[in-house]
Amino acid sequence: MAINWFKYSSPASFYSLAGKLTPLFSITAFILFVVGLYISFFVAPTDFQQSEAYRIIFIHVPVAWMSMFLYLIMAGWAAIGLAFNTRLSSMIATAIAPTGAMFTFLALWTGALWGKPMWGAWWVWDARLTSELILLFLYIGFMALQAAIDDPRRADKAGAILALVGVVNIPIIYFSVKWWNTLHQGATVSLTQSPKMATTMLTGMLIMSLACWMYSIALVLMRTRTIILERERHTVWVSELQGAA
Amino acid sequence: MNWASWSDFFAMGGYGFYVWGSFLVSLLCIVGEITLVFNRRRTLLRQLSLIHKATQYEQNNETTS
Repeated sequence: MAINWFKYSSPASFYSLAGKLTPLFSITAFILFVVGLYISFFVAPTDFQQSEAYRIIFIHVPVAWMSMFLYLIMAGWAAIGLAFNTRLSSMIATAIAPTGAMFTFLALWTGALWGKPMWGAWWVWDARLTSELILLFLYIGFMALQAAIDDPRRADKAGAILALVGVVNIPIIYFSVKWWNTLHQGATVSLTQSPKMATTMLTGMLIMSLACWMYSIALVLMRTRTIILERERHTVWVSELQGAA
Repeated sequence: MNWASWSDFFAMGGYGFYVWGSFLVSLLCIVGEITLVFNRRRTLLRQLSLIHKATQYEQNNETTS
């Protein structure tokens, strides 16, 4: 049985698939958020050092992970769109950028609110913080560049090149704590070593990360559907859709 | 259950401003983003249906000049 990989690569067929998937991911995200928040505030114990301030970890780390993860996914789709000239791939990349920018802003925001009581400063020109700020500028630059070009297909190409150039920033962010070792602490969670966090704290953080992930998928699918409608408004299937509505 | 009372919960060990500042802004951003996408979709669908009605109207009333 040969799988037809390209069944959902056309905007029209993807539109209906995304429509069916969106509620699935948004309900999962909602449930995971509720469970994650419950663990963060009512199950995870008080930290011996930071007392309650450490609870910011339950939002700071997930959004920071998502800001890097979403950029890689965006660059991936942009590369596919650039290489294969598939306009749906570029639409997905365009749809990811705002959510990625939001998570990057939240990573900086929650980090600053955690840094003030613990480090005594809202902002420090630390390697990790600075490279995360650059990531925010990359996201905004990507969106601005695409908005500045009228023809969507050319905007996709230009955005793809910018996104691919910016990919180098992601490992820099990730390893900045080790290479420069300025202020931000090193990686606490690793797939190889044994966990350095209390189990309930770690589970709470991982559930919140999954919740952010499900939320991103649901939201990007919704935004992609809107972009598909915007760009395909002159097609027959969209007018049929309107006729049916 | 870590909290003796609700006020204890909101005080968050004296770090309430920072913890709630982080979580509330995150909630605001997420809810804000959802409403933005829904608005974008609704206005687009409204535009498309208007365009659709206009083209229907033109087709029906085509006067063969």
